[in-house]
Amino acid sequence: MNLPSSTLLVQSILAGIFTGALYGLLGLGLSLSWGLLRQINLAHFALAFLGAYLTYQLAGYGGVDPMLTLLMIVPLFFMLGVAVHWVLARFKVTPFNSLLITFGLTIIIEALLQWIWTADYRRLDSSYAEHRYRIGDVFLPLPELITLGLSVAISVAIWLALKRTDLGKALRAAAEDAPIAAAFGINQRALALMLSGLNAALAGIAGVCIALSYTLAPSQIYTWIGVVFAAVMLGGLGRPMGPLIAGCIIGVSEAVTMAVASPSWAPLVSFSLLILVLLFRPGRA
Amino acid sequence: MTIDRRAFLAALSAMGAGALAPAAFAQTGGTPSGDPIRIGGTLALTGPLAATGLVHKLTGEIYVENLNKRGGLLGRPVEWVLKDDQSKPDVARTLYEQLITSDKVDLLIGPYATGNILSAMGVAQRYGKMLVHHTFGIPKLAKYERQFPAWSLGPDPETTTPEMVLDMMAQSQHPPKRIAVVTSKFPSVHFVSLGAREVAKKKGLEEVLFLEWDFGNRDYAPIAGRIKEADPDFLWVGGLGLEGNLLLDALKKIDYKPRNHFHLYPAPGPMVKAPEADGALSITIFEAHPPYTDNPVAAQFVEQFRERATKANMPETSVEVQAAASFSAWQIIETAVVANNSLDDEKLATWLRNNTVDTIQGKLRFNERGNFGDDLGRVKQVQNGQWLTVWPKDWAAPGATLKTS
Repeated sequence: MNLPSSTLLVQSILAGIFTGALYGLLGLGLSLSWGLLRQINLAHFALAFLGAYLTYQLAGYGGVDPMLTLLMIVPLFFMLGVAVHWVLARFKVTPFNSLLITFGLTIIIEALLQWIWTADYRRLDSSYAEHRYRIGDVFLPLPELITLGLSVAISVAIWLALKRTDLGKALRAAAEDAPIAAAFGINQRALALMLSGLNAALAGIAGVCIALSYTLAPSQIYTWIGVVFAAVMLGGLGRPMGPLIAGCIIGVSEAVTMAVASPSWAPLVSFSLLILVLLFRPGRA
Repeated sequence: MTIDRRAFLAALSAMGAGALAPAAFAQTGGTPSGDPIRIGGTLALTGPLAATGLVHKLTGEIYVENLNKRGGLLGRPVEWVLKDDQSKPDVARTLYEQLITSDKVDLLIGPYATGNILSAMGVAQRYGKMLVHHTFGIPKLAKYERQFPAWSLGPDPETTTPEMVLDMMAQSQHPPKRIAVVTSKFPSVHFVSLGAREVAKKKGLEEVLFLEWDFGNRDYAPIAGRIKEADPDFLWVGGLGLEGNLLLDALKKIDYKPRNHFHLYPAPGPMVKAPEADGALSITIFEAHPPYTDNPVAAQFVEQFRERATKANMPETSVEVQAAASFSAWQIIETAVVANNSLDDEKLATWLRNNTVDTIQGKLRFNERGNFGDDLGRVKQVQNGQWLTVWPKDWAAPGATLKTS
């Protein structure tokens, strides 16, 4: 095993942080949904790719700046999330059944993507992809910086909102003990609808980031599930900063493994880390 | 590589005007009648392989449509019973079982991708059915005597492909001395990359980097960083599908352009469209330019494919290796049935092992290990947003030459 140069190591750590930021952004909505609503929303990944394809369409063919697509995607996805949760709540879906139903929804969205955009690869050509900053010998690509910025800003904002605002406290109270929270006048139904809308909007934002950095194909919905779930589990359910921190730990551990050893060992290292943390962390939850 | 352009064109000429005419389109045998001949197969119409599966679907539709227009097979119409294996070998296995026992198809055509073909092969073997397939990547695993590959890279692609590529580079203006081999562990590319290491060693090249990654890897930045540090003269990328693009994208982000780079089985559309891929080399059996399109059948197929792919909103509308292999598989079936005037699997398989079939790739024979024949592989290069064959020289696109740096 040759030791990497400092440039390679720093570049790899940065790459791991960038990838981890996307894991965190994708995992944030999933973690909130699981932790606060007790719904394991597999459709979150499909929604993210729907967001990515919409960005591709609006920016690639409609001439809209990719970042401005957020102005359309966020409200649209918020409403979509509200609608999905309304259906789940209407039929009193249990957490396990939510897994099955949202998996079905994922298949439907995948089929929809393939029907509209075909199974062929799609790549958004945007001016963002051409921009990168250089600090010494290290390069910082703009799309990845945007993803990191959004992921940090949104995670911190949601963490603050949950911690400091009445709305956040109400959400946490409802997740802790819904009947008692209701007795204190908390409208759990309205909060759940709002949180579902927020989670779907987060998926849409992650989709914009995916479109900026990755080539799209409908089947790629599934390639993210394992590692993002790992970030969510590692970060703790319902904890807004958790997926970002855990995502970065996974991303950096994978990237450094690739830089110093064989790239094929990367998943082995990150998932071993996950198992160790889950086994030994205090108050395993 | 045993068949060059001249030999191929001479063989075509020897076939006479009738064969030179676009047989799939011009030859008429009257209106087919009677019960249809049912040819069954699966394709990856959904799932991770669907992008390529759809190329095979479109090719098959064009072929069968034209076959029926010119009289079908044995005077009967041909019906293609196509099922979606969802890119999964286990689903392919079940569906081939269904095609044989429940749909009772007369003949079989293979699915797309090595794993799925292997599944179909097992079922075909159990029922003694002939299986003609498109793109089987690991010849040593093809043990069944009634399976016939349309993928003309010969029985030992792990040796013949790197030899051709490195011989070409040795004769270029910038013969490489230092090679980096980076590869996905996807089975059908991994063994060829390992072969490339051996061939490079025999040719005296210094290996400055060897890396493997799992198929489905998302982060190519550290791999790109290591390539940049190794700074090879020649980069061999054992990549499948989008992997080559992802690696080039990661290299671009750290401001590094490999001097000369070869990609084993890239997704042709995305690669040719990526500006950073200019100069990328790859293997081919067919491209939509002369001399391949000097064959009128090929030329007409290229036109039809372009038209239909455009209508189907497919981003890549050129015929290249996948479509050509698929078209060839149909040609193999048609030729065997017509030559034997029969649908008997044993008879057709025996005939195929003892004869050659003219396809748009060239003449295919099936009498070496795994029923593979000559390696008809050539090398193509991305030049100004187009894939152009550059090697061997007599298969090069008009005016195209290998560009190295």
